[in-house]
Amino acid sequence: MTEAIAATARWQSCAIVEIATRTPAIKSFFLRLSETFDHKAGQHVDVRLIAPNGYTAMRSYSIASAPSDSRVIELAIERLPDGEVSPFFHDVAQVGDTIELRGPLGGHFLWPRPSSKPVLLIGAGSGVAPLMAMIRYRKASAEVVPVALLLSSRTWCEVLFRDELLELETSLPDFAFALALTREPATRRTDFSGRIDARVVADVAARLPASPGCAFVCGSNAFVDIAADAVLALGLEAGTIKTERYGA
Amino acid sequence: MVTRGFTGRQSGSEPSDRVPPGQHLVDNFPVLTAGPTPRIEPADWTFTLKVGPRPVKVWSWSEFNALPRTRMTRDIHCVTSWSKLSTAWEGVAVDDILADAGLSAPTPFVLAHCFDGYSTNVPLADLATGKAMVALKYEGQPLPREHGGPARLLVPHLYFWKSAKWVNGLQFTERDEAGFWELRGYHMYGDPWNEQRYTND
Ligand SMILES: Cc1cc2nc3c(=O)[nH]c(=O)nc-3n(C[C@H](O)[C@H](O)[C@H](O)COP(=O)(O)OP(=O)(O)OC[C@H]3O[C@@H](n4cnc5c(N)ncnc54)[C@H](O)[C@@H]3O)c2cc1C
Repeated sequence: MTEAIAATARWQSCAIVEIATRTPAIKSFFLRLSETFDHKAGQHVDVRLIAPNGYTAMRSYSIASAPSDSRVIELAIERLPDGEVSPFFHDVAQVGDTIELRGPLGGHFLWPRPSSKPVLLIGAGSGVAPLMAMIRYRKASAEVVPVALLLSSRTWCEVLFRDELLELETSLPDFAFALALTREPATRRTDFSGRIDARVVADVAARLPASPGCAFVCGSNAFVDIAADAVLALGLEAGTIKTERYGA
Repeated sequence: MVTRGFTGRQSGSEPSDRVPPGQHLVDNFPVLTAGPTPRIEPADWTFTLKVGPRPVKVWSWSEFNALPRTRMTRDIHCVTSWSKLSTAWEGVAVDDILADAGLSAPTPFVLAHCFDGYSTNVPLADLATGKAMVALKYEGQPLPREHGGPARLLVPHLYFWKSAKWVNGLQFTERDEAGFWELRGYHMYGDPWNEQRYTND
C-alpha cells in the first residue's frame, strides 16, 4: 500500500477534457492523466494551482470515478463562495486547460477489498464523491456485497449524481438508496424530510440483508460527526467507521 | 507551470515567512479525523509511558493535571494545506512527563498512542527540550473533544497529524516505527518547511 502510493505520488499535468454541471453548485471536471495511475475507490488527489508570481494553492479532491483502465478521472467540485480554489474551477477553468495534480492519495478511506459484509455509505453534498467511486466500482467489478447509500442534500435539485443513483437503484442488485432532504419535503416514500439522525441511519441500515460490517461517512465535519455517532449507535465498532471530513 | 487564469486570493497581507510552501492561512480550525470523535471521560482517562512493551508509569487525569504546566503559542500546519498562526496552548511538556517518571532517553524513537487506536511516530529529539507537550488547553479553555480533548500531543513544528488527538501514552521504541498515517502513505518525519507530506517526499 505504502509503496503503491509513494511510487505514484509525483506531480503531473492533466488536461481538462470535459466539464459537466451536476447541480447548481457542483461541477464535474474530467481530467486526462499524463501518467496513468491505479487508484482504489475512496482515494483522492491533491491539485495545485500556480499563479504567475509563483504563489501556489493546493487542495484535495476525491476521485469520483471508479478505478478503470481509462486515463480520465472525474472530480466533483462544489463551489464555495469566497473560496480560493473551487471558484477558480467553476468560473475560470475551461476544457483544454492544464491542471497539476498528484495521486492517488489516502490509505484509509478505501473500499474494503475483498468485502463480504454489507457496506453502509453516508454522504452529504459533494461528500458523495468518494462514495460514488465505491458504488461505481462495485457495479463495474460485479462484486456482490450489498450496499446502502444515505445521502443528505438540501433539495432534490442539489443531489449530486442523482440521475445515475436513481438508475442504479433499479438496475444494481443489493443496492439501497435513500435521500434526506433538509430544505424541502421528500416526495419519495423511501426518502426522509429533514436532517439525518440515529433513527434515519438505523432505518437505512435495516434495508441491508445483514448488519453492515463497515461504514464510510463523508461530508462537512459537523455532518460527519452526527452521522458517525448514529452509526456507532447501530452497534458498529469505532474502528469500522471510516470518515473523510472536507475541512470546515 | 503557471495555471491559466489563476491569481490566488489577493490578500497581500500574509506574513509569508511564517507560511510553509504549499500552505494557505485559515482563521477557523478545520477538523480532520479518520473515524468517529471519541468520548473520553476524565475518570476513564489514563496516560501511560512505556519503554518497548514495558509500562514505566501510568498517570490518572488528576495526577497528570498536577504536573508542571507549560504554555506555548505556535503556528500550526496541516498536511491538507491549511496553516493557522499564533495558536495558544497549555499543557505538560514532554520533558516534564519524562522527568516525573525518572526517565531520560532510553531510545531515540517514540510512538504516541491514542484512545482511538491511532498512533504516530516522532523522534525523541522533536519531543524533548521544550519542543512538544501534551496539551490540555487551547486558547485558555479545556481542549474541545473534536480537537483531541481531553488531551492531545502538540508537536507544532511538524505537520499536524503528528500532534495526535486523544493521546493516551508515549512508547519508546528501538527503531523508528511507522504509525497509523505513516503506514498509509504519509511521511515518516513530516517537516512542513521541506513539504514532507507523503512517503517519498
Ligand atoms: C481528503 C479530502 C477530499 C476532498 N474532496 C472534495 C471533493 O471531492 N469535492 C469538493 O468539492 N471538495 C472536496 N474537499 C474539500 C476541498 O479540498 C476544499 O477544501 C474546498 O474545495 C474549498 O477550497 P477553496 O479553495 O474553494 O476554499 P478555501 O479558500 O479553502 O475556503 C474555504 C471556505 O472558507 C472561507 N475562507 C477561508 N479563508 C478565507 C479568507 N482568508 N478569506 C475569505 N474566505 C475565507 C471561504 O469563504 C470558503 O467558504 C476535500 C477535502 C479533503 C481533505
